[in-house]
Parts: sequence; C-alpha cells; structure tokens
Amino acid sequence: MRIGDAKHTYLADEALWTTTTQQVWFALLLLALLVFPFVANSYLLYLGCLVGIAVISATGLNILTGFTGLISLGQAGFMGVGGYTVAWLSLHTALPFPLALLAAGLLTAAIGVVVGLPSLRVKGLYLAIATLAASVFLHFIFSEWAAVTGGMAGLSLRPAQLLGITFHNDFRMYFIIMPLAVLMLLAARNVFRTRVGRAFIAIRDRDISAEVLGIPLLKYKLMSFGLSSFYAGVAGGLFAYFFRVVTPESFPLAMSIFYLAAIIVGGMGSILGGVLGAIFMTLVPEGLKLLTAVVTPFYPQAPVFMSPLLGVVFGSLIVGFLLFEPNGLAEIWRRIRRFFHLWPFRT
Amino acid sequence: MDWLFFGEVSLAGLATGGLYSLIALGFVIIYKATRVINFAIGEIMMFAAYLFLSFAGGMQLSPWLALPLAVLGGTVLGGVVEKVMIRPMLGESPIAVVMVTIGLASILVGLAEIIWTADPQLLPDFLPREPVFLGPLYLAPKIAYGFLIGAAVLALYLLYFRFSRGGVALRATASDQAAAYSMGINVRRVFNLAWVFGSLAASLAGILVAATGGLSPQSGVIGLSVLVIVIVGGLDSILGALLAGLFVGWLETVAGAFFGGEYRLLATFSVLALILVFRPYGLFGTHEIERL
Repeated sequence: MRIGDAKHTYLADEALWTTTTQQVWFALLLLALLVFPFVANSYLLYLGCLVGIAVISATGLNILTGFTGLISLGQAGFMGVGGYTVAWLSLHTALPFPLALLAAGLLTAAIGVVVGLPSLRVKGLYLAIATLAASVFLHFIFSEWAAVTGGMAGLSLRPAQLLGITFHNDFRMYFIIMPLAVLMLLAARNVFRTRVGRAFIAIRDRDISAEVLGIPLLKYKLMSFGLSSFYAGVAGGLFAYFFRVVTPESFPLAMSIFYLAAIIVGGMGSILGGVLGAIFMTLVPEGLKLLTAVVTPFYPQAPVFMSPLLGVVFGSLIVGFLLFEPNGLAEIWRRIRRFFHLWPFRT
Repeated sequence: MDWLFFGEVSLAGLATGGLYSLIALGFVIIYKATRVINFAIGEIMMFAAYLFLSFAGGMQLSPWLALPLAVLGGTVLGGVVEKVMIRPMLGESPIAVVMVTIGLASILVGLAEIIWTADPQLLPDFLPREPVFLGPLYLAPKIAYGFLIGAAVLALYLLYFRFSRGGVALRATASDQAAAYSMGINVRRVFNLAWVFGSLAASLAGILVAATGGLSPQSGVIGLSVLVIVIVGGLDSILGALLAGLFVGWLETVAGAFFGGEYRLLATFSVLALILVFRPYGLFGTHEIERL
C-alpha cells in the first residue's frame, strides 16, 4: 500500500510524476523502448513502428474528441494531407526529414483550422458530419489533383534523410518514430496542465458554461482542431516515410473509424487511453492473423474470412467497450493500479 | 446542351431520389423519436437486400414472397438492435450512441462478407421490364417501379403517423418525451417502434435500390448520401427528408451523368457544407435553443 503522498500544493497535484516509483518505471519503459529494436525480429520491429505512428495519430484525435468533445470523422483525411505533403516535399526538394515533418504538421494544422471553422455554428453530430464532408473533399483532391498528388497511382517517395544518413529500413525508422511518439505524448500530457488544455476540457464538459466563464469558444475550438491536426499531419508524414508510397487508398474512411475506435477502446479523455487504444487496435489484426495461421491447417478456407472477421471484431470492440467499459482500457489499468496501491486492503 | 438527355437524367435522378426519401424517412423516424443518429441505416438496407437475395435466389422463393420476408428480417434486425445495443445507451452522450451505430455498421458489413462473400451480386428480376415513357422521356423500368412502390409506402407511412394510435404516440414522444411519459405513453415501446418502422422503411428501400444498382457488402455507403439528405432537410423534419431526398437524388445523378462518377459525392457534400455553414439545422429542421 502506498502511503504518505499527501499533496500540499495544486502544482504537486498536477505534476507529471508524483512519486519516485513512477519515475523509475518510466525510465525503465524508456530503456525498454530503446533496447527493443536491438532484440526484436523484423516483424516485431515493423509492428513497433506501426504502433508508434498509431499512437501519435490517436493522441491527436484524443485531443480533439476525447478532451474537447468535438467528434471528428476526418482523421484519415488529415493524415493524408501530412502524408502527401511529405511525399511532395521529398520528391521536389531536398528538405531534411524533420523540416518536412514539421511542414506536414503545420499544413495539416492549417487545414484542420479551416475544417474546424463550421464549429462556430454547429457542434456535436453536425460537426461530425462536417468533418466527414471535409474528408470527402480531401479524398477527392487526393485522387483528382493529379499534378500534385499523382492521382490514383499516388506518389512514391525517397527514404527520409538527415545529415547524410538515410532511414531506409524499419530499424532506422524506429529511431525516428519512437522518440517522436514519446516526445509528442509528453507534449500532449503537458498541454492539459496548462490554461489551454483546461479550456479544452471545460468546453467538452459544457461549452455554454465554458463561454460564460470567459473562454472564447471559437478560438479554443480552432486551437484544438489545429493541435489535433498537427498530430495527424506528423503521423501521416511518418506513415508516408515508413511505407514510402502514398495513394488515395492509403487513407480511407475506415481509417478515421479505426482511430475513433482506438480512443474509445483505450479511453477518451486520457492520454494513456489513447496510447493503450492505439496499441491494442494495431495488434488486434495481427492477433487475428496469428489465429488464422493456427486455424488454416484444419480449415483451409480460414484466410478468406480474415478481413471480414476483422470488421466484425472492430465493430464488436467498439460496441462492447461503449456498453460495458465506457472509460476504456485506461479505466481497467486504473483499477489494476488501484488494487496494488491499496494492497493488502481492498477498495 | 442536350435537353432530352438532361430531362431523362433528371427524371431518373428524381425517381432515385424517391427511394432516398424513403430511406431518409426511416432515418428521421428514428431520430425524431429517440434522438439517435443511425449511421448504420445503409448497412441495414444492405442486410435486408442480402436476405432478399437468399430467399429469392438461394431458396428459390417467389420474389413476391421473398420481398416481405426480407423486409421482415430487416425490421426484426432493427428491433433487436434497439433492444440490445441502443437501449442500454439511454442517457449516454450522443457521441457514444453514434459510435455504437458505427460499430454496428462495421459488424454488419463484416457479417455480410462472411455469409454472402465480398463479390458484387445481382438481385433476381422481379419488377416488370417494359420500358416506361413519360412523354418523350425514357425511364428505366426498375427505377420507375421502384419509385412507385417507394412512394406508395411513403404515403402509407404518412397516413399512419397522422391517424393511427401508434403514430400519435410516436409524434407525442418526439415533441416532448417527459410529457408523453406522464400522459401514459409507453416511451420505451415507442423507441422500439421507431426503430422497427425506421428499419422497415430502410429494408424496403434497400431491396429496391439493390434491384436497380446491384448489391455488395459495401452498398451501405449509400448511408452517406442519406446523411446528406437528412442534414439538408433538417434532422427532425419528415417533409424536409422527402424534399431533400428528391433533390439529392437528382443532384447526384445529374452530377454523375455530366461530370463523371467521382463527382457524385463531391456535389452532394458541397451542398452539405453550404447548408452546414448557412443553415445548420437544415431547411425545415427545428432550430434548437440551448439553455443552461
């Protein structure tokens, strides 16, 4: 049982780490992330990179949907903007990758702000449909503006480069993706210790009350859209560098739903939730693949059912979590922690 | 510009729009009574159409027997979904409920692919095949008869809501839930009724749409067009749904015929964006006033 951690200031209450134990655990986690690529095989490495990208994007959506209460069906479109920006920059300029990623993030943020403009007039589900419209428009641009986006064939890009080093394989990409993911997670966590982040939360809880309390709604809603799109843009840029090809089909509507599912399963309005959800949802298809591989010798038609089954599992996870565990995996995690904190007593 | 061609395309578009109106009606019934935005309506349509395919094609039933059976299947599906998934979400945030319907859509698409495979299929012909002429304008018979059936059902619905006991209960619940409850209306049954009627309209429309355009597990994306219709018409307005259905059907077909298929969604979503900016509650929707 943990004792003796009474807090005397609000600052202490809001600290990122309240105990040394937490700091030690976090250091161990970082160490594990650092050692991981050296011990993992290529498949695990590939998964690690995918998870990193998903974590960044899910955190971005969590800022918008989980913390500000603005539901968005445009996440895939935003990631597409980031991906295409990086691809175009890589083909037409010799920009080192950090600048390209930054540009992707900023451009996506700008587009996110434009998409967020209707939030002046509409909210809730109407806003969700407005973001759906935005993703339809973006998809149209991706596939029809062939001069820039390469049309349906898409763009292939050169590997990321910095100071003469090329990041041409998963092992090297891991060292871009994972540190960036950790950095952006810490940044997101810190946002919600500041005035801006608290304004987001106030808007989510009741926007009219927030306005009465002196929070300019439009400004903060647009800020949330911008910040969230920045994350999506960076994730999309990493996605482009990782797969080294972007086509309109890389960013389907199903991807937006995937990220919504990730933050629901993980836990809306919790940074940890976004992370857990992104990891979980990225690994579910892989788990199904494993299962298929096990079943195939006994039932040769199993691979045919793989992709539709994935749809069923995704849907069931969304519905199941919403019905039975609305606060997601983060809540389960909290309960486990609580058990150990209070041990040997029970709640 | 070829006016004859434009006339024919417009006519086909309006007739398709009639079916859209029927789907939109199903959507609006559910929204009006239960305040749930049903993203899965396209998938319910798709599912009912597949049931029809199984009954009429696989089991060799007469289409006129298969049609009511399939509609019944879709309706039961709607009722069960309400009981199992939507009822427990009462009082949750609208976003959560919408996500449940999105999850449901994903489940239905997956199930349809598992049961009926992902390949596009054609429904057996059951509508008359003689070409229909309205003056000089030709109209594909499937679309024409689909429109007639759809319009007849629409009229029945409107009469039902106007005059029957259940219809009055539904309208009462839509206008004020608490008042309806205190007047002895069984609000929970009304919720179920709304889902049943909404799914019924969607199932019938789904079969008629699939009869003209073919069927695949991805057919449910038509739900996106329906979303546009109900936003343009106003989420809680039946009249709006009817008019906007005709309009969006017309716009989609004309845009598709004159600019190419990829412009269909673009055209309708442009209208949607304009409506959202200038008249967010739709042409005929109620402007809700929020109070703290």
